[in-house]
Amino acid sequence: MTTDIRASLDHCVKCTICETYCPVSAATPLFPGPKYVGPQAERFRSAGAPGSSGSVDESLDYCSGCGICSQVCPQGVKIAEINARARARMKAQRGVPLRDRIIARPSASARFATPVAPLANRALASPVLRYLAEALMGVHRKAPLPRFASRTFQTRQRRHSSADSSLPTSAKVVYFHGCGVNFFEPRLGEMAVAVLERNGFEVIVPPQDCCGLPLQSNGLFSDARAYVQRLASNLAPYARAGIPIVSTSTSCSLMLKREAHEILGEDSEDLAVVSEQMYDICELLAGLLGRGELDTRFQPVSLTIPYHAPCQQRGHGIGSPALDLLELIPGLEVIEQDAQCCGIAGTYGLKKEKYDIAMAVGRPLFESISELGASLAACDSETCRWQIAHATGVPVVHPIELLHRAYVGEQ
Amino acid sequence: MSADTVVIGAGLAGLTCALRLAEGGRKVAVVAAGAGSLHLGGATIDILGYDPGVVASPAAVLGPFIRAHPEHPYAQVPPSLWAGALEWLRARCEPLPLMGSMDQNLMLPTAAGALKPSAFAPESVAAGDLSTGGKVALVSFSALKDFYPKLAAANLNRAQPGSAERIEARAIELLGTVAGEADPGTLRLARAFEEAPFRAEVIARLEGRIEPGERVGFPAVLGLYRNPEVVAELAERIGAAVFEIPTLPPSVPGMRLHALLSRALKKARGRVVLGAPVVSSASYNGRLQSVSTDTGARRSSHEARHFVVATGGVSAGGVTLDSSWAFKESALDLPLDGVPPPGTERFCPDVFGSHPASQVGVAVDEEWRPLDAGGRVVYDNVRVCGATLAGAEPHREKSGNGISLVTGYAVADAILRS
Repeated sequence: MTTDIRASLDHCVKCTICETYCPVSAATPLFPGPKYVGPQAERFRSAGAPGSSGSVDESLDYCSGCGICSQVCPQGVKIAEINARARARMKAQRGVPLRDRIIARPSASARFATPVAPLANRALASPVLRYLAEALMGVHRKAPLPRFASRTFQTRQRRHSSADSSLPTSAKVVYFHGCGVNFFEPRLGEMAVAVLERNGFEVIVPPQDCCGLPLQSNGLFSDARAYVQRLASNLAPYARAGIPIVSTSTSCSLMLKREAHEILGEDSEDLAVVSEQMYDICELLAGLLGRGELDTRFQPVSLTIPYHAPCQQRGHGIGSPALDLLELIPGLEVIEQDAQCCGIAGTYGLKKEKYDIAMAVGRPLFESISELGASLAACDSETCRWQIAHATGVPVVHPIELLHRAYVGEQ
Repeated sequence: MSADTVVIGAGLAGLTCALRLAEGGRKVAVVAAGAGSLHLGGATIDILGYDPGVVASPAAVLGPFIRAHPEHPYAQVPPSLWAGALEWLRARCEPLPLMGSMDQNLMLPTAAGALKPSAFAPESVAAGDLSTGGKVALVSFSALKDFYPKLAAANLNRAQPGSAERIEARAIELLGTVAGEADPGTLRLARAFEEAPFRAEVIARLEGRIEPGERVGFPAVLGLYRNPEVVAELAERIGAAVFEIPTLPPSVPGMRLHALLSRALKKARGRVVLGAPVVSSASYNGRLQSVSTDTGARRSSHEARHFVVATGGVSAGGVTLDSSWAFKESALDLPLDGVPPPGTERFCPDVFGSHPASQVGVAVDEEWRPLDAGGRVVYDNVRVCGATLAGAEPHREKSGNGISLVTGYAVADAILRS
């Protein structure tokens, strides 16, 4: 498979469709576009092992890794994956900034910050400290950073037990909450658990750490491999027992579904079995809906909300299950946004040299949401929610939060 | 995922069919290996350009053409449907009006300076019609590698339309970088034209260089979606009519048409899944039940009552051809018609001539359902439209988007009636 990814560039017919969709090259000339940087430049890079030298150029680093090019390529060229690997080789040659090593380890940072969450949050909100962080570290002073929860989702969940452990296996699910829920949005995790339980599932929350995606997207492949291998072996026993693993984080679940395999070249049996059982939570619930098994007793939610399907969600190739679910809620009008990308791409938009690009990438989306004058927006991916809220001032929730609200009734 | 209709393919045929169904209240999902070919073409709707000589009026020739080619997709389209299909597209293109008619082909200059017969074209492109000759100044930028005004002008001066009126073409090349770039593509230029300062600079550089009675032709880069305003401003400030000539890919007029259709589809609550090639399917009792797409970790199944194959022909990968000369319909492995027998000459001297394999495609019944070699319907609930259909030679006839539009529309019509 690892050779297949690179070999796919031979299917490139230079049709330029990827160029027309790339949200980054539309926003900055610093990124010449996926065709040039991907299949074309790749031919000039050394075909050797990671770490070998080649004519890898700096513009590659401006690819945000959103993956839209690979989705739209009619020839099946794995453009974004080729770029991700080339970036790792480039970073191995030229060195990785300390900043990238830190922002790519959310769970490690949280270990220090969570116990002193109020202090940490005050520090992150302090203009002086943010100015220093920009000057010393290169994290843009305005970049949207989440607030640490004072108790992790794991801690909060410890006292919770799903109703009935005597349920058959078919009614069990494992919740892969990811770092976003664990450290920053534990309430979302609780709502996800409640929605799953409402549909008759016993929800198992095994201990879990980061999937390694931020490390992968920052080109730190060997560290990323260590994280994803550890996570896969934690989750594999459940997957082997046929228990679906659900996630509220579309990028982390995509990492486990295919990016760890396609980009990192991970091919352990643990990962393969976890991949096969990995579901986006809306994908799982829409599957129930298709079989007539979803609890559809929703209370009205009188809102008009813009919905943005994040790039990584579209990368799942599962359509728009969130829309299928939200349209069941009486009174809720959902307006699917036409914009490509919010710009943040995980940690990309946090970086000093890329913040303005990320904001320019997201501008069409921000303008569209602002024009609607909505009081709330929905989006499946955490960093995208933070970016959209930062840029528009409109609070942004995961679609599950709206389903939860419709189950319990508006308070 | 379950829908009323799953449309496989996201080109003009697939989007037309899907949008019409969604507007008709059907739950539609488009699944496609990638984006369709609209971004590659000039967004002209060619109905019939050659038969085999240049067609002046598609309306006058279509009847005899269909009688002479009973296997052609056009022969399956009920005559009453034509006007509806064209009006439907015109209405969808209202923000970027579609000009032209069935009665008279436009003769549109190409980037190489040939004249292409097209029945319909976006307003900014149709304004370059040279069917009655005229004086044109072709403006471009020396930095743009995909458009050579001197070449186009020289060829246009040779390619007279045959009427008494003559074409007088000349080139104006604007030297230097474009918006600070030495090597911009058409897309970058189109984005630059959306910015007022760049337009002002171009207008200033053309000051005093346009002669009375000349129309001014640009490569099709006059803005992305704000094209009508950009064209109007240039025309007013230059003091001459302005038109666009579609370029090599990426084609900005194609992007505009794609945006109109795909935005309308989203609004009508249609779903689009890209990067999802169909890799297997399940059927029972002569009906297709589901198609599965490759999503990396596992296959994703799409169930529906109706399925539409709109994956294109050989050039788009809807029909594949391997080195052993084996043809295959790529989504559902449907039987193919028009496959040349073994031993047939594989190579032809004329690029735009007839080729033994050029009519390969899926044969259909009057309900657009695929037929096997014995003329039996393969699946009751599958329909085929666009370049996947057998019996046409779009490259030779100049009928590609015409076939995609009317057959996509007709398939939606058949599903809405069923």
